[in-house]
Amino acid sequence: MRNITKLFPGVRALDDVNLQVKKGTIHALVGENGAGKSTLMNVLSGIYPFGSYTGDIVYEGEVCKFAKITDSEAKGIVIIHQELALVPYMTIGENMFLGNEQGKSFSIDWDTTYAKADQYLKVVGLAESSRTLIKDIGVGKQQLVEIAKALAKNARLLILDEPTSSLNESDSKALLDLLLRFKSEGMTCIIISHKLNEVSYVADDITVIRDGKTIETMHKGVDDISEDRIIRGMVGREIADRFPARSGVDIGEVCMEVKDWTVYHPIYREKKVVDSVSMYVRKGEVVGISGLMGAGRTELAMSLFGHSYGHGAHGSLILNGKEVKLKNEKDAIHHGLAYVTEDRKGNGLILSNPIRVNTTLANLEGVSARGVVDQDKEYAVADDYRQKLRTKCTGVEQNVGNLSGGNQQKVLLAKWMFTDPDILILDEPTRGIDVGAKYEIYCIINELVASGKSVIMISSELPEVLGMSDRIYVMNEGRIVGEFQQKDASQESIMACILKSTNN
Amino acid sequence: MTKTKVLNWLQKNTMVLILVLVFVFFAWQTGGKILNPQNITNLIAQNAYVFILATGMLLCILTGGNIDLSVGSVVCFTGAVGALLMAGGMNMWLAVVVMLAIGLAIGAFQAYWIAYVRVPPFITTLAGMLIFRGLSNVVLDGRTQSISDQTFKDIFGGGATCYIPDPFGGEGLNVLCLLVGIVVCALYLFTVFRNRINRTRKGYEVASLTSVVLRSVVIVAAVMFFTVSLSRYKGIPTALLWVALVICVYAYITSKTTMGRHLYAVGGNEKATKLSGIDTKKVYFFAYANMGFLAALAGVLTIARMASAQPTYGDGYEMDAIGACFIGGASAYGGVGTVPGVIIGAVLMGVINLGMSVMGIDQNFQKVVKGGVLLAAVVFDVLSKRNDS
Repeated sequence: MRNITKLFPGVRALDDVNLQVKKGTIHALVGENGAGKSTLMNVLSGIYPFGSYTGDIVYEGEVCKFAKITDSEAKGIVIIHQELALVPYMTIGENMFLGNEQGKSFSIDWDTTYAKADQYLKVVGLAESSRTLIKDIGVGKQQLVEIAKALAKNARLLILDEPTSSLNESDSKALLDLLLRFKSEGMTCIIISHKLNEVSYVADDITVIRDGKTIETMHKGVDDISEDRIIRGMVGREIADRFPARSGVDIGEVCMEVKDWTVYHPIYREKKVVDSVSMYVRKGEVVGISGLMGAGRTELAMSLFGHSYGHGAHGSLILNGKEVKLKNEKDAIHHGLAYVTEDRKGNGLILSNPIRVNTTLANLEGVSARGVVDQDKEYAVADDYRQKLRTKCTGVEQNVGNLSGGNQQKVLLAKWMFTDPDILILDEPTRGIDVGAKYEIYCIINELVASGKSVIMISSELPEVLGMSDRIYVMNEGRIVGEFQQKDASQESIMACILKSTNN
Repeated sequence: MTKTKVLNWLQKNTMVLILVLVFVFFAWQTGGKILNPQNITNLIAQNAYVFILATGMLLCILTGGNIDLSVGSVVCFTGAVGALLMAGGMNMWLAVVVMLAIGLAIGAFQAYWIAYVRVPPFITTLAGMLIFRGLSNVVLDGRTQSISDQTFKDIFGGGATCYIPDPFGGEGLNVLCLLVGIVVCALYLFTVFRNRINRTRKGYEVASLTSVVLRSVVIVAAVMFFTVSLSRYKGIPTALLWVALVICVYAYITSKTTMGRHLYAVGGNEKATKLSGIDTKKVYFFAYANMGFLAALAGVLTIARMASAQPTYGDGYEMDAIGACFIGGASAYGGVGTVPGVIIGAVLMGVINLGMSVMGIDQNFQKVVKGGVLLAAVVFDVLSKRNDS
C-alpha cells in the first residue's frame, strides 16, 4: 500500500500511510485506539471503495481498484472483523457460504455446501458438524468458523482485526498456532492486535501506526521487538501545551466511593464486564479512567448511572458518605450524578431537535410548572449556556444535527450542567472534535471543578488523561489494574500497566 | 429572501401549498361545486373521526413511527357497546362515559404489552384489531343496533339537526357561526402578536415579520372561508365542536407540556431520552392508552352520525388516520410531526375524497389516488431527511 490518505469529515484518519507486507509472512499492525489501523485495513479490503481515499494498493505487482468487498475477495484478500459477522440462527455451513452459495443461484446445492464446509472445518481443526447452529457453539469456535469461511473464499491474504480479543488464553494460543501453520503453507496474514505478547509470538514484521501515520516497521530477528520497545513506538509523542492550567481548586473530602462493583453482560449473562471495581472520587477532583476500548470503562460508568447498562450489577455506591441504591437514571440524576455519553449522536442528543430542546431534556422540570413547559424560560436557559460555553450556532433554535462535533459536545455538556450535578462522568469528552474545541472542553472541565464539582473523565487518549487528571485509574478487562497520581504517571507506565495485565 | 430560504420555506409549507392546489384543482374540475356550503359542511362532518383518530395516531407515530392498527375495531366495539347500552335504556351521558372508559381500558391493555412487555406495537395492535372486530360482532350478534335518542345524535353530530342553534336567527346566514369565526381569528392574531411582542421585549429570536403576517393572512382567510361557508348552510355542526376541542387539547399537550416533549424525545432518540432520566415506558404507555380513549370518542361520533351501530363500522379507519399523519408531515421514523400538520393532512385526504365523489369517480379508483398520495408524502419525507444528513 502506497501513500494512502483517507479523510473523514473533519479528521485525517490516514495520512500518507505506506505499508509493505511480504508474501508468506505474518505482519502485525499495532497502535493506540483510533490510530487508523482498522481504517487502513478497511481500505485494503474494499470496504472504503476506490476513490474515497488517495494512494495506491499494489497487490502481487498490480494496482488494485476495489469498488466493493467482493472485488478484493476475488483477489483472495479476506478480512475478519473484530465483531464476528455470523448469523446465530443459521448453521455453520450456511454461514460459511453466505454470499458465496454453492450450486446455482436458484437452487442451492446443500450437499456440496455441507461437504465443503466439513472439509474446511477439518482444516481449521474444529470438531463440529457443519450443521450445528452458530448460537450453539462458543466464541472461540465461532472465530474458527470465521477463518474457515475466509478459507472457503480462497483467501491468500487474511486480515484479522483483533482476532483474540474475545478469546481465552488456550483458544488464543490455538488460533495463533493455526495462523503459523497457514504461514508455512504459504498464506499471508495481517493481524491487528493490542496483545503484544501475541504479536511478538507470531509476527515476522511489526508496523506501528500512530495518528494515522506509519511510524516504523520492525523485523523479527533484525530489530528489537520487546514489548517495551513496541510501547515506546506506540505512544512516543510529546505532551505539548495543549491543556489549560488549573489553579485554585481545593480538592476536598471523598464524595463518591464505589466498592466491589461487578456488572454482567446484558446478553451473555455469565460474562463479567466489570469485575469488582473499587474506586473513589474527591470533591473538586478530576479522576481519569484510562484503558483500551472494551476495557469496561463505559460499562462501569453506565451501570453506576442508575443501572443503565448491564445485568445484575452489584456492589456498593456511596455518595457523600451515604450508601445509595439507584433505581434508574432519573434517580441517579436526583442524586447528583450526570453521565455524558461517549456516543453523543447515538445516546446523547436528539439530532432532529433544536439546541433549546436538547439543553433542557434531562431537567425539563427545571423549566416547567405542573407539566407545562415555559418556553420563554427554556429559551433563556439554553441561550445562557450557549453564551457561557461559547457554542457556535445561528441561535438556540438551530437543530443540533447541523452543528459541528465540538459544538454538539458543548450542547451535551450544557444539558448535563443544567441538571446541576455534583459528579459528572465524562465519557470520551473530546472524541472526534478538533484541537481548538478540545481546549475549550478542557477549560469547561476546569471551571466545573473550580465550582466544587467532581469530574470522572474516561478517555482513550493518554495525553488527555495525563494532562487533565489529578489521579488516574487504569482499567483493563473489566478490572482496575492500576492507580497513579498525576505526577507519577506517564504514557509508558500506563500502557505497560494495561498490556502487562492482559491475558493472565 | 435567498434561494435556500425560499427552498426551506417551500419544504416547511409543502403540504399547505399542495392542499391549496388540490382545492383549486377540484374547484375547477367540479365547476365550483366542491366550494358550495353543503359540501364544505360535509367535509368536516364526514371526516370528524379522521381528525380525532389522526390526532391520537400522531402521538403513537411520534414515539418512533409506531402505528396503532386496532383503532377501527375499537371504534366499532365501543360504538356497539354504547348503542346497546342506550337501547337498554341507559342515560346517554352515562353511556358516553362508559364508552370512553372502555376505550381507555382497551388502550391501557394494549399499551401495557407494548410499553412494559415490549411486544412490537404492530403485532399488539394487529391482535387488537382482530379481537375487537370479533367482539363487536359478538356483542351485536351480527345485527344492526339503531339509536333513537335524538339528543345524543344532536350533540354528537348525527342527523339533520346536529347544528348549534343560532340565537340571532339570521335568514340564510348563521350569525353565531360568523361571530365564532371572527372571534377565533381575533384570538389567533392576538396571541401571535402578543407572543411576538413579549419575545422581542425579552430580546429573544423572532420569526421575520413578513412570514408572520403572511401566515396570519392565510390562516385568517382559511378560517373565515370555512365559517362563512358553514354559516351559509346550517351553521356549526356539533361534531366540529368535539373535533376542535380535541385538536386544541392535543395541540397544547404536544407543544407545551413535558409529556409532549417526552413523546418527541423518545421518537427522536430513545436511548438519549432514557439516559436523560425519562421513563420511556411511561411515554409509550401514555401514547397507546390515549389512542384507545380517542378511538372511543371517535366511536361516539360515528354511531351518532350513522344513528346506529353495525359490526362493519370503523373498517379502514386506522388507515385513514395513519395516512393523514404521514401526509401531514409526521416522520415515519418518529420524533417529527405536529397536530396542525396532521389536521392539514386529514383535510387534504378529505378534500381528495370529497372532490372525487363530487366528480363521480369510482370508489375503488379513489383508493388508488389516496394510496399514491400517501406514498408520495412518505417518499418526500425520506428524501428530505436524506438531504439533511
